[in-house]
Formats: sequence, C-alpha cells, structure tokens
Amino acid sequence: MSSISTPPTTDSTSHITSYPRFIGRSLWLATEGSFGFYAWMTMLTALFLVGANAWAHQVAGGMISTHMTDHVSWGLYIANFTFMVGLAAGGVMMVIPAYLYHDRKMHDVVIIGELLAVSAIVMCLMFVVADLGRPDRFWHLIPGLGKFNFPISMLTWDVIVLNGYLVLNLHICGYLLYMRFLGRQPNPVWYVPFVMLSIVWAISIHTVTAFLYCGLGGRPFWNTALLAPRFLASAFVSGPSFIIVTMVLMKKLTSVQGLEQPIATLTKIIRVTILINLLMVASELFTEFYTGGTHVSSAKYLFFGLHGKTALVPWTWTAIGLNITAACLFLWPGLLSPKFRLLLVAACLMAFVGTWIEKGMGLIIPGFIPSTLHEVVEYVPSMLEWKVSVGVWAFGLMVFTIAIKAALPTLRQPAQSTDT
Amino acid sequence: MTTINERPEAGNRELPIVENFSRRAAVKGGFATLGAAAFVAAISPLRHAAQNTSAAEFLQKHYTELSDEQKADVIARLEAETKKNYGAEVTIGDDRPIPGTKFVYAINLSVCNGNGKCVEACHKENNHDRATHQSYIRIVEMPKGTLDMEQGSTTYTGVVPKDDKFYLPVQCQQCDEPPCVDVCPVKATWKEEDGIVVVDYNWCIGCRYCEAACPYHARRFNWKKPEVPADQVNPDQSYLSNRIRPVGVVEKCTYCLHRTRRGRLPACLEACPTGARVFGNILDEDSNIRWILDNKRVYILKEELGTKPAFFYYFD
Repeated sequence: MSSISTPPTTDSTSHITSYPRFIGRSLWLATEGSFGFYAWMTMLTALFLVGANAWAHQVAGGMISTHMTDHVSWGLYIANFTFMVGLAAGGVMMVIPAYLYHDRKMHDVVIIGELLAVSAIVMCLMFVVADLGRPDRFWHLIPGLGKFNFPISMLTWDVIVLNGYLVLNLHICGYLLYMRFLGRQPNPVWYVPFVMLSIVWAISIHTVTAFLYCGLGGRPFWNTALLAPRFLASAFVSGPSFIIVTMVLMKKLTSVQGLEQPIATLTKIIRVTILINLLMVASELFTEFYTGGTHVSSAKYLFFGLHGKTALVPWTWTAIGLNITAACLFLWPGLLSPKFRLLLVAACLMAFVGTWIEKGMGLIIPGFIPSTLHEVVEYVPSMLEWKVSVGVWAFGLMVFTIAIKAALPTLRQPAQSTDT
Repeated sequence: MTTINERPEAGNRELPIVENFSRRAAVKGGFATLGAAAFVAAISPLRHAAQNTSAAEFLQKHYTELSDEQKADVIARLEAETKKNYGAEVTIGDDRPIPGTKFVYAINLSVCNGNGKCVEACHKENNHDRATHQSYIRIVEMPKGTLDMEQGSTTYTGVVPKDDKFYLPVQCQQCDEPPCVDVCPVKATWKEEDGIVVVDYNWCIGCRYCEAACPYHARRFNWKKPEVPADQVNPDQSYLSNRIRPVGVVEKCTYCLHRTRRGRLPACLEACPTGARVFGNILDEDSNIRWILDNKRVYILKEELGTKPAFFYYFD
C-alpha cells in the first residue's frame, strides 16, 4: 500500500509532507475512472496535441498561416479569449447565491463554479499566447522583469485581473480541498474573505476585458458604453449554462447528490440574464440603425453584409436564432421538470453556442470591418487557427475534468455547513 | 486499508481501495510518459524557430535601457544577421532626434493625383517584403464632393487622375496623442522628442493591440519573414526605422528618420512627381511647412478623435 493514497492520521502532520501527499492523491484520484473517462481524456489529449502541433507550426513559420491580415488583425483566438473571460466570470453566479444569499445547496457544490473559473482562465491565457507574434518575448509582459505599461494600457490591467482571478480561485479551491483531505473543518477566515473578493474580481475581469475594446475611438463598433454591461449579461448566460450541463452530466455519471436545487437556481438566473442580454442587443441595434450614417457600417456588415461581403451574416443569424429560442425555452416554467432534462440541456447548449458566436466572432470581426480606412477585407479562420483553438478547448476541458474528479470526494459528502 | 476522510461521523464510504496499486501506477506512469513524448514531438517545429533566435536576442533589453556599448553590440549583431540571412552588407545607424525639431508633414490634396509613386518609394526605402507589396502608405481614391472615406477606394486602377476623383494618401499621422502608444502593454512603441512614433522591433511581443487602436491603418504586422533580394536591400538603415524587421512584430512609418534626422527628406516626398508633399520642422518659423499651415485651408483626418496628428492635408 502506497503512501500516496494514505491521508495523514493526525492534524500535527507537517504541511511540508502532507501537502505533496494531497497533490499526489488528487492526481491519483483524478486519473482513476471508467472506460468512458479514459476514452474522453484520450480524445482530449489527442485534440490538444493536434492544437499544440499547429501552434508550433504557426510560431515556426509566422502567423501568415492564420487568415488574419493587417485589416482584420485579431481573429478566432481573441474571439475565443473574450468568450472565455465571460465563462470564467460566469462561475460567480454560483458563488453569489452560495455566499451572499446563503443558499445551502448551492454552497455544497459551489466549487464547480470556482473550478470552471480556473479552467476558463487557463484557456484565456493560452488563447492570448496563441495570438502573440512573439511568444518567446512573453517575459516582456512580466511586471519587474519586462516593461509593464501600467496603468495606461488596458491590456496590462487585463494581465493583472486575469492572473489575479486565477490565483484567487486556485487558493479558494485548493484550500477547501486540502482541508477536506486533512479531515479538518475549513477555517472561514482563510477563504471567505477571498470568496467575497472573488465576486468583485469576477465582475472586474469582464469589465476590464470590455474596456480593452470600448476604449478605442478609432473603432466605432466597439466604442460604446454598453459593451461592458453586455459582456457581463452574456457571461451570466454562458457560465451558468455550462455549469448546468456539467451538473446534469454529474448526476448521470457520479454519485454526487443535491444537484437538483442548484440546477433550478441557475436556470432561474439564466431566465433573467438572457433577457437582459437580448434587451441590450436590441438597444444597441436601435441606436445603430435608427441613427444611421457611416458608424453603422460594421453593424450592417454583421447583420446584412456590406458591399456584397457577407461572411459573418449566417453566423449572426444563427446566434440570434439560438439566443431567442433559448430565451423562449428558459421562460417556459416546465423546463425544470425532470422529464424535460434533455430540453434543458438543449436550451443551455443553444444559449452557450449563441453567446459564443455573439461575443466571439460577432464582436471581434465587425470591429475591423470596415477597416479604419473603410476598406472591406473579410476574415474566415484558417484550418490552423481552428486546430489551435480546438487544442486550447481540449486542454481546458482536460483541466476541468481533472479538477472535478479531484473534487468529487468533497462533493459526495456535502460539508456540514462550514460557515455557521 | 485507508480512508480519505478521518471524520467517522460523516459515515461516508471509504475511497475505493486501490488494488494492485503499483501495477496501476506503472500503467499511469507509462501513459503519462507517452503523452509527454507525444507533446514533445508535436511541438518539435519550435526547434526551427529557436534556431533563429540567439540567446543575445532573447535577453536583449528595451532600447531605452541599452547602454551605448550594448547598442553597439546589438547593431553589430543585426548587421551580421542581415549579411547572413539576406546576403546584404548594410549599416544600421542609431539616429537620435535633433534638438529643437518637431517634424510635421502636409499633403496638398488639390495637387496629388494618385499616381502612387510615394507608395512604391516607401516600399523600397523601408525594405518591405517584396511579395506582399507592403508599404506604409495607402491612397484612397475619393469621389469629388465628399470627405467620407466610406465612399472611397484603395484598390483603384487605371489612368490617374480621373476627372471626378481626388486622392487622399494616408500614412502614420505621428499623433501627439497616439492611441497606439497608450495601448502597448510593454512600451515597445513610444513618441520621440521630434514627434516621431517609433517601435523597438526587438521588444514588441506582437499582440497587435496597436493595430486595433490606430484610427489611420498606419501599422503593419510581419505575418511572415520579410523577403528582399540582396541587391534590392536598402543598405542605409537605422535601428528604429528601416532595418529589416523580424517576423511577428509590428512596424510603421517613421517619417524615414534614417533620412530626416540626417537632414534629408522622406523617400515618399522625394518620389512625388507632383510636389504635393511638404515636410519640415514646424518649430522653424521660416519653414515652408509653417507658412502652409498658417495660410492654407487645412484639413485634419479624423480630427474628432482627438489624436492630434502631426500630419495635415491642405487645399489651394
């Protein structure tokens, strides 16, 4: 019998020995599973390797192998990055009911949202690195080592808030899991303040990411005060949608109990946020099209095409169709009935994909079309960009799967109300 | 026999007891090794990229932090690399701003006829990639009666000037409030004392935020390694301007600082057959450019954005 799977027997064990054992046991647990689990992880590994290979080719040969140009200088990577920030922030919709409204059931499973935040931020950072022309000079961005243009450049703010959010969530999850491993009651002093901070921080990551775009006067499509609120509203659709699907899967695949009520709470949250999001889209559209003039060109391109160029139009209407259908489904009270479980999952997936299009390609690309000299140069991602993006998603899902697996023992035995 | 949770009152099931631990550990270890090996194989193209980056280049400091000695080393290295990679003997200067100078540019839109000689001169002077016909200047062919670029075209062909058109060349406006400089996360681009906005090509990380921020489409990214035949390389180079740029970094018009800081005129001006282009030091009260800005009807591109260009358009 190995020491890896043996937890310490007394509290007096030094952290120096028990922490590595905790990591080891978590890793061991996370790699235990059924045939289906191994098949899933193998598939993700294969996809990740394809992405890694594509990225290596991109670095070696230059970004000419993407379809980005000086006209559309950001593409699929930054689109995914933006969406991912929302997914990371969306996890907070579990934290708020759990800690601010003392929803017991949500509190028991809140770690799912925090682990999603960790995985999504990892994907964010990978997408940013994938977009860099010189990833070898990444160290220029490290405060102290490089030359950090803080506080002027919004990108430096983003570096700070994203990494800060990652560290916060790693600390919260790591602390709770470690205490569980030691068989101790977590001390609220060591995590509740951080949880409260993470709520504010979650709002900040998406606000700062919106400020990246909306502060650019030369890009009228992004230059709107509504961008940050819209980002948040859509984040609170995509995040909870992803978590609901995760929970439905966990109900099927694991013995975790007490997921029904959190699913209902999240569904009720989406009911509101999806409508707020649609309202803001409508408000934006009215302002653009009723006013008219040249600053509406990007919106025209997005919805109807410009000068016969229509590459984004099918995407846009797909997103609108998905979002509206999902909104109608969420408004229907019957959706929460267990016999319509599949419909709930479908509604979540529709909202998720709809948001991905709307806040990904639908947000980034029209910012560049027409260009600042009003040229219309279209962009369709290259195969290499798709490979890299799929690779990053696969890696993120791997991180998420492993993290959930490691947290399963905690989730199986809901805490006897850790904060009294 | 182990339990994960030491609290007996929880009544939880113990962790499944791991049978044949060492065998399973070996299998997992085997797969982990396999995965790691596959990963190394997958990213092997990076070796090629690594060969092109020397340790000295990787560790090079920001331009403003280099001592004179370090600058000399860097420049010697860059000259040697140009010799090795392009087969061309070049001299790379380190041209600094002339005190008491603020360069501004003006174009007479009544005279410019869209012949495109400036675009071509820029292409050659600045050692742009030949295959992509890169240049820092774009000319918008505009219908008379509007200044709305939405109605213009940058891809016009045929004999110029056309009767119903006028021509609007656009290049870096060397703004006094440059949005591109503000957004750069690593200070790889900055405005020098003579007003020229420059890029340290050896510090830029290639995030292209500046390209998104610029309202004038003035910046270019090196999507691939620039290719210039040895006999076409302009050997008269400067660190902050027309030396051949590395792949993966952003570049821009520098008012030909390798010429203008040595008392010459920008290449685009010298190439212009119409005399539409005027360049000079706005701090010099007797200069031609000062007279034009004082006496002509002057138009500033996208003035409403508050970028305060050091670039002016005027009409007769």
